[in-house]
Amino acid sequence: MSHPENAAEFLKDHAKSKWHDETLWFVRDKRDRISKTIPEWEELRELASQIKDNVLANLGSYLEDFERNAQKNGIQVHWAKDGEEHNQIVLDILQKQNCTAIVKSKSILTEECHLNPFLEKHGIDVVDTDLGERIVQLLHQPPSHIVLPAIHLKKGEISALFHEKLLTEKGNEDPAYLTQAARLHLREKFLRAKVALTGVNFGVAETGEFVVCTNEGNADMGVHLADVHIASMGIEKIIPRRKDLGVFLRLLARSATGQPVTNYNSHFRSPSPGKELHIILVDNGRAAQLAREKFKNSLKCIRCGACMNTCPIYRRSGGFSYDSTVPGPIGSILSPGLDMKKHSTLPFASTLCGSCSDVCPVKINIHEQLFEWRQEITKTHGEMGKGLSMKLANGIFKSPLAYKISGNLMRAALKALPESLIYHPINAWGKGRNLPETPKESFRQWYQKNRS
Amino acid sequence: MKSDSPHIALFIPCYVDQFYPSVGIASLELLEKLGCKVTFPLGQTCCGQPLANAGYKRDTVGTTKHFIELFKDFDYVVAPSGSCVLHVKEHSPVIPGLEKEQAELHHKVFELTEFITDILKIEKLEGSFPHRVGFHSSCHGQRGLRLSSSSELNQTPFNKARRLLENLDGLEWVELNRTDECCGFGGTFAVTEEALSIQMGKDRLEDHLQHDTEILTGGDMSCIMHLQGIATRNKQPLKFLHIAEILNQAIS
Repeated sequence: MSHPENAAEFLKDHAKSKWHDETLWFVRDKRDRISKTIPEWEELRELASQIKDNVLANLGSYLEDFERNAQKNGIQVHWAKDGEEHNQIVLDILQKQNCTAIVKSKSILTEECHLNPFLEKHGIDVVDTDLGERIVQLLHQPPSHIVLPAIHLKKGEISALFHEKLLTEKGNEDPAYLTQAARLHLREKFLRAKVALTGVNFGVAETGEFVVCTNEGNADMGVHLADVHIASMGIEKIIPRRKDLGVFLRLLARSATGQPVTNYNSHFRSPSPGKELHIILVDNGRAAQLAREKFKNSLKCIRCGACMNTCPIYRRSGGFSYDSTVPGPIGSILSPGLDMKKHSTLPFASTLCGSCSDVCPVKINIHEQLFEWRQEITKTHGEMGKGLSMKLANGIFKSPLAYKISGNLMRAALKALPESLIYHPINAWGKGRNLPETPKESFRQWYQKNRS
Repeated sequence: MKSDSPHIALFIPCYVDQFYPSVGIASLELLEKLGCKVTFPLGQTCCGQPLANAGYKRDTVGTTKHFIELFKDFDYVVAPSGSCVLHVKEHSPVIPGLEKEQAELHHKVFELTEFITDILKIEKLEGSFPHRVGFHSSCHGQRGLRLSSSSELNQTPFNKARRLLENLDGLEWVELNRTDECCGFGGTFAVTEEALSIQMGKDRLEDHLQHDTEILTGGDMSCIMHLQGIATRNKQPLKFLHIAEILNQAIS
């Protein structure tokens, strides 16, 4: 289904959609307040943006530095050109370990690669260990938000799910009680997993280390109990120096949830004695996006989710309406690069209000890229439908006489036509809105009478 | 009117010309009262924004060329719309052969309130408007032309329209919960994403109604047309005026 259809469906449950809007607005408001306690906030954004520009301009050499330094540290580095290669590398490592269970934390990239269904097909028991991700996994749903994966669910729904899957008390919606139940359930999974997989927030080129940010500490729990740690990293996650982290970590948590800092910013540099540490560097369309001049800086994204929380469309249509691994404004400029046909309605799921660009901690011009994607997508529409009416409109607008005649005709028609026809269901304007009252004369006609 | 005054072209958005002549009249009269020499070039049509935002910028070459040729010889071009001005400055295609004229033109096109505050350098307008006024910030005016500070940024708050309105005797400025959330008009978005568009509009109206707005105003009639359309359909007790209409009434 297209975004408008999905959005209309989500809006049918008015109370839920209003709750969703208000919940995310609360997060955005918290972000606003904490960002305003940092006097140099705008300078930080500018600095982060420039560092990322530098990374994108020199990505190849930073990646080579990172690989060399990581290998020096004893990390095994793998390269994957797409999701398929990535998944196969993970499976190979698991099979070499004779391992049939894996705990995962914090990785939108593995969602993008569809790792879970692939591993399950090969008989691996995959457990997502972030609370929100575990909840959606138990429901066989994808995350609806990149930072708050279960934000579309209310307490009652989670209580019912846990009652069914984790045998909690029926009707007990107490968040502390439910979280404790999840904790016990996950503890058991942590203890028996020999391989743990995490995502990567930042890969540091100069040191060959990487940083994983979680609030729940689950990445650390999984990694420290397992014999093998696999880290999946998109190639754009590189930063040049360790000291650059000071810029990004200050921006990330504040932008994401309005916290001063993420609870756990864990640095991984080399494997513990007797253990293995693997990193998989994944392209999956990123190099192609880097080659698109108008869209390349979408790769600056640090996955804070602030553009989702601020987006008036996302808040009211929910993450699933985008039908894309990364939803919301940033997803709408990343996804068409992966599959333009499938995601062709996403760049139009915006009023181009620009809030996403102003909230973005790395200053991605998201709304301008939405505009640019529209220009690309319509090229594939051909001469049919909207294309034809738009050509007609250009014909009218470039000729003052044609414009005057069509305008006069339009006003005359609106005066003459019965309301039932003007507000016919086929007219989307009139379904929930009246048209303005039709004036007896245009401004132009008034001007000619009164001024010339 | 001084004979050496700069010559200002009034650029009236096409839907304002057709549906809201009163906004065009108010803009013209207001500028005249402020001592400006204003002409409405009769050949004007539309800036091409609806086409470009729908993804057909490449089909607006003719429209844009016409716009440049019509307006290039004026000292300033002023429009009662942030959205159309933003389009002309940032989203119209570059016209081969007219690059210089186009670049110059972009520096002399202004939205009405910014023209009054930044070019005419009018600090305050003397007048009276004893009503509770709720202001709708159009996104293109606000985040595009930076006519006011945006709530996402860590910057000193400002609002060019508010500066002009708040000085009027008796005017009560309505504080909203969400000062700068989009109304959901968005051009073709209003019809392609009809359900969302209506919900966004309803939510904006609710914010104004909760805070006892009597007259809802703004710098872009497109947002107001959308909000007014929803309010009229739902019989909500709000009046709607473009900021030019308020200022023109107030200072007369």
